[in-house]
Amino acid sequence: MEAEVQEIREHLRRFPPFDRLESEWLDQIAASVEVAYYRDGTPIQNYGEPIDSLRYVRSGAVEVYRHNGELYNRLSEGDIFGQAGLLHKHRVRFPAKAIEDTLLYLIPGDVFDRLCNADDQFADFVELSGPRLKATVEQNERENDMMVTRVRRLLSRSPVMINEGATVREAAQMMTEHQVSAILLVVQTSADDDRAFSGQDRNYWRVTGILTDHDFRVRVLAAGGSADTRLADITHEKLVTIQSEESVYEAMLAMLRNNVHHLPVLHRRRPVGVVHLSDIVRYETHSSLYLVSNIYSQGSVKGLVRLMPDVRSAFLRLVEEGATAQMIGEAMSSIGRSLIRRLIELAEQELGPPPVPYCFMVNGSMARNDQTISTDQDNALILDDSFDPEQHDAWFKALAKRVSDGLDACGYPYCDGGIMATNDKWRQPLSVWRRYFEEWISEPDPERLLHSSIFFDLDPVYGEERFVEQLQDLVAQRASQSPLFLAAMARNALNRTPPLGFFRTFVMEQDGRHNNSINIKRRGTAPLVDVIRVHALAVGSRSQNSFDRLDDITRADTLPAGQADKLRYALEFLSMVRIRHQAHDLKHHHAPDNNIEPENVSDGERHNLKDAFQVLSNAQKFLRFRYPMPNR
Amino acid sequence: MARVAAKDPVATWPRFFADQASRCKDPALRAFYAAGLPDPTTPIRDVEMVALDFETTGMDVHRHAIVSVGMVPFTLDRIRPAAGHYWVVRPPRPLDEASIRFHRITHAEVETAPDLDTILDELLSLLAGKIVVVHYQGIERPFLDAAVLDRRGERCLFPVIDTMHLEALEVRRGWWTRLRTFFGAPPTSIRLADTRTRYGLPSYSAHHAKLDALATAELLQAQIACHHSAETALGDLWS
Repeated sequence: MEAEVQEIREHLRRFPPFDRLESEWLDQIAASVEVAYYRDGTPIQNYGEPIDSLRYVRSGAVEVYRHNGELYNRLSEGDIFGQAGLLHKHRVRFPAKAIEDTLLYLIPGDVFDRLCNADDQFADFVELSGPRLKATVEQNERENDMMVTRVRRLLSRSPVMINEGATVREAAQMMTEHQVSAILLVVQTSADDDRAFSGQDRNYWRVTGILTDHDFRVRVLAAGGSADTRLADITHEKLVTIQSEESVYEAMLAMLRNNVHHLPVLHRRRPVGVVHLSDIVRYETHSSLYLVSNIYSQGSVKGLVRLMPDVRSAFLRLVEEGATAQMIGEAMSSIGRSLIRRLIELAEQELGPPPVPYCFMVNGSMARNDQTISTDQDNALILDDSFDPEQHDAWFKALAKRVSDGLDACGYPYCDGGIMATNDKWRQPLSVWRRYFEEWISEPDPERLLHSSIFFDLDPVYGEERFVEQLQDLVAQRASQSPLFLAAMARNALNRTPPLGFFRTFVMEQDGRHNNSINIKRRGTAPLVDVIRVHALAVGSRSQNSFDRLDDITRADTLPAGQADKLRYALEFLSMVRIRHQAHDLKHHHAPDNNIEPENVSDGERHNLKDAFQVLSNAQKFLRFRYPMPNR
Repeated sequence: MARVAAKDPVATWPRFFADQASRCKDPALRAFYAAGLPDPTTPIRDVEMVALDFETTGMDVHRHAIVSVGMVPFTLDRIRPAAGHYWVVRPPRPLDEASIRFHRITHAEVETAPDLDTILDELLSLLAGKIVVVHYQGIERPFLDAAVLDRRGERCLFPVIDTMHLEALEVRRGWWTRLRTFFGAPPTSIRLADTRTRYGLPSYSAHHAKLDALATAELLQAQIACHHSAETALGDLWS
């Protein structure tokens, strides 16, 4: 190979997408490159001109514009442009100009075409926005075992089942005979039971519960039961099951959420096995599952505080094992929720039983199940309407204070905005809460909504879940009917805009100005979550998690085709950048924050970030147009 | 053009070519001269050029010889390295160790290489009708002339655009340079690599004839973009 081809090749292979190309392709490209020099300030391509090659910046810097003259991107060494034109009728779509003395390598259009046909990854990279992000996100998912492995793969035997009319002794004998640690309880039913499956005996049966070794100790012996106790009398009130086609990851989450170690696996309605915690631990070495059980066994706040290093290492391991942002968000939220539940249990042990029924509600990221490692607390108390402040409030005030102080001690700092149950305003009976939400929705003042939008992510953590569910119903029904409210929420969702991208060691703003770092939460994930919330409210979604909301939005079919997917990939990617950054901070013993410095962003990430910011920016523009302020 | 007087070398080149075309006996040389030259008034943007670079065993045209030849065709818009050529040739005299270290061309490569004569016809046909661009006119033109004279008994001369000369005109004029020189400051380097840096061109791992030819072509594009224009007449650039 000749020296100049070698020289060109060595340069190309340092930058995406060429860094992932096979070496024969690199040779071909390098051998076909043409070269051109552009002086600082001279145009490289004008709108609508014919274009016959992909441009690669060998040295210097280039600005790319939209047709309307707005700055689209600023490129430096190793960046490419011109692909949009090559993919669309070989006419320039984005004009470009050298902003420094610039040397370009020009890759002929026919080589580019052949490469796009031969190499999917290359094609994804050069396609506009969506596909590239999509490819990256899907690649991450493919590389994660837990996301793809189905629960049924973990099953080694069919489940052992017993009629719930049998006695505890009979169940124990059967479990011993089959050497299992859990047995499913079934009851005969009729064909029209919507949970019925047909047994080998041609009768219809339904799974009603599960009995484990652990239950013999806790539910039978410790409770003073006899060997003749009927199984139906001691089983759990609520059976948690999983479908065999779900991923191992879903099974892990189900265990995390419900703090159970055995999970009956169903194929449609037929039980096909039972997975145990240890089956899943074989698939993932991190300890978030054990961590949750550990949380419940702590007898004091001090004990919980001592677990916090474990929380951090569970987070780090999840990141290192290539978990997705959604997995990490759910795992971390489950840990946070368990912590709150345990804090409440501990508080109740000291304060005595609550004077009236109540629900402890979380808001913001915990309600959305997208917590990371550094998040402050947002919570509130919803009390039964029989609540009498004079008589009862002292108890709830004490509860709120204990939970809030405990969370703070565990590294979930107090909320700056005072969104905490310790605040009198956020410790109110259900009827008051209903009024709050009705006012926010029917008299939407953007200014006031700014401070209360966090309540539109709401989920119960402890107590009377129906209280929060009623509020969720109210929001789902009313919000979609109030254009004024949606417009106000939409307006607030435009307050924080993304930057354009990165340029060398700077963050480049939409107007071309530079900054040294970017707050990826404030300028990326948070506004994206805001956008998704508005669309979700508009379709009457009751989901709180952003990815679930996107599913609801997709089903409602209110966005242009492909839009919801773009938002999904952008959110996953931006969240992942944020999470990896926090993991990096933790590993280097810095306090994790959300500030990303461009020098710590790899070339591949830069391209994806630019795309994700673009998706967000477009989504914000669409939001303004979709939910206009109605004329009053 | 009035400016092109009879004694101006610019005007004499076309005449020289016409003269040689009728005089030369060697068919390759005759064809080379017969292809002629673009008119000196042609704007540089319309001129087909070839960047040419030799590696030699030394600087003395009488004692040293060509070891490798690199050439890259280009215009003001595009440089086409893929359409270029590179040859290693065997010098009549053996290589000394110093020049091997310098060029990284080894004894083995040179021993199996052909004599320049075998590539000469092809080289001349590739240069025919184009304007040769070099960095420092003291090497390629005299060495090629001597080698052709040696093998074919006839002269091979042609105008060149010398990027080093163009650079010298830019950096070594003006009162500031004269003042610096007066106070003994070293003159600004106009070597290829240093000159390229001033135009924001990347540094290449030098001393390969084709890479240097590419580097020279890029430099000329940069110099014309900065100090001249696409309309500049060819005759104002060549020498």
